[in-house]
Amino acid sequence: MEKLCDYFFIYFCPNLMICKNLFIGIAISNKLYIFFFSLLLPSRRVERAMDTLIAQLQRRFCDFTISLYHQGFLDDQFTELKKLQDECSPDFVAEVVTLFFEDCEKLISNMARALDQTGNVDFKLVGSSVHQLKGSSSSVGAKRVKGLCVTLKECCDSQNYEGCVRCLQQVDIEYKTLKAKLQDLFNLEQQIVQAGGRIPQVDI
Amino acid sequence: MGVETESKFHVLAVDDSLFDRKMIERLLQKSSCQVTTVDSGSKALEFLGLRVDDNDPNALSTSPQIHQEVEINLIITDYCMPGMTGYDLLKKVKESAAFRSIPVVIMSSENVPARISRCLEEGAEEFFLKPVKLADLTKLKPHMMKTKLKKESEKPVAIEEIVVSKPEIEKEEDSSVIEILPLHQELESEQLEPMLSSNKRKAMEEVISTDRSRPKYNDITTSV
Repeated sequence: MEKLCDYFFIYFCPNLMICKNLFIGIAISNKLYIFFFSLLLPSRRVERAMDTLIAQLQRRFCDFTISLYHQGFLDDQFTELKKLQDECSPDFVAEVVTLFFEDCEKLISNMARALDQTGNVDFKLVGSSVHQLKGSSSSVGAKRVKGLCVTLKECCDSQNYEGCVRCLQQVDIEYKTLKAKLQDLFNLEQQIVQAGGRIPQVDI
Repeated sequence: MGVETESKFHVLAVDDSLFDRKMIERLLQKSSCQVTTVDSGSKALEFLGLRVDDNDPNALSTSPQIHQEVEINLIITDYCMPGMTGYDLLKKVKESAAFRSIPVVIMSSENVPARISRCLEEGAEEFFLKPVKLADLTKLKPHMMKTKLKKESEKPVAIEEIVVSKPEIEKEEDSSVIEILPLHQELESEQLEPMLSSNKRKAMEEVISTDRSRPKYNDITTSV
């Protein structure tokens, strides 16, 4: 195996000979395909392969972001959030989004508990919780969640028990769906950065 | 860089929601303001140095022990808060002699015209609908300028500031004064020794150190 690796290096990328042991070590232990690439190809080809990889990731990121807006998961306010992220606050969007999902969990569970008290439902509590959730979903740009909060608030104001229960279930599903989507988006960002690329500005 | 922060606007943000506090804090920081956040109206009053009497919640007294070391240029508060609402806080600030000059801005997630007009009538400078955007905060600069300038005219002004800002001081309009503040910041990083070493400037220094009233600035400007 060692001899084979040596032949690969000497023939295909002599410039990497110096750190070949390191490469092999990393390749075997971390299974990073990037380093496997460098085992097989000359360095210029490696650069070009990386550029293609970054470009592909960036295109996937743009397409995914645009789809989130078009499908109504996100709206302009999410764009505003991104404006607030910079070198001083590089993880702002992720932090705010995490806070929002924690809020969702807490408020939805409060409302579920209130609605569970059949015959003695505290609609005022449900109302104030949904008001808070509506506010934070609006600030984050979670368009679908906000829309459902509006409906839930109406059911609550008219003390429509069945409506509240149904709506709350939908809010629960919706926030979890958004959470998964945003996680995918953040993962894509990380992959781009790890590959040495820049996260593109997406014009909606 | 440390000196630069002194010339930044200091905003007191009041909101009971942690999420909203984080949002408004970042928005204000992005607009180059120094921010202090509190989660209630009563904490805001405490921070300002206004003690609320436990026996009579309507009575306000400036605590003799608490000196307001922090200069606040603007208060931005949520309307809907448990206990003291943003409107109550607005009223208390405007009723106090010491703090009524601080501009107050109200935020709310609900668009209720009656609420908006009530707040504006009580003395609020602006009423923002949530979610607040970066563009909304640009409206705050003129309000904050007013308090900053008032305080600056009372403070003894450093010589360096006078040297560079004198061309603008002749006309005391808001627009020209706005230019002065950025110059302060530029100044801090510049070398001032060469400028002050000339004889002319030394003469001005003597003039400045004896009398710091505004009219004297005009004399200085004309001499150059």
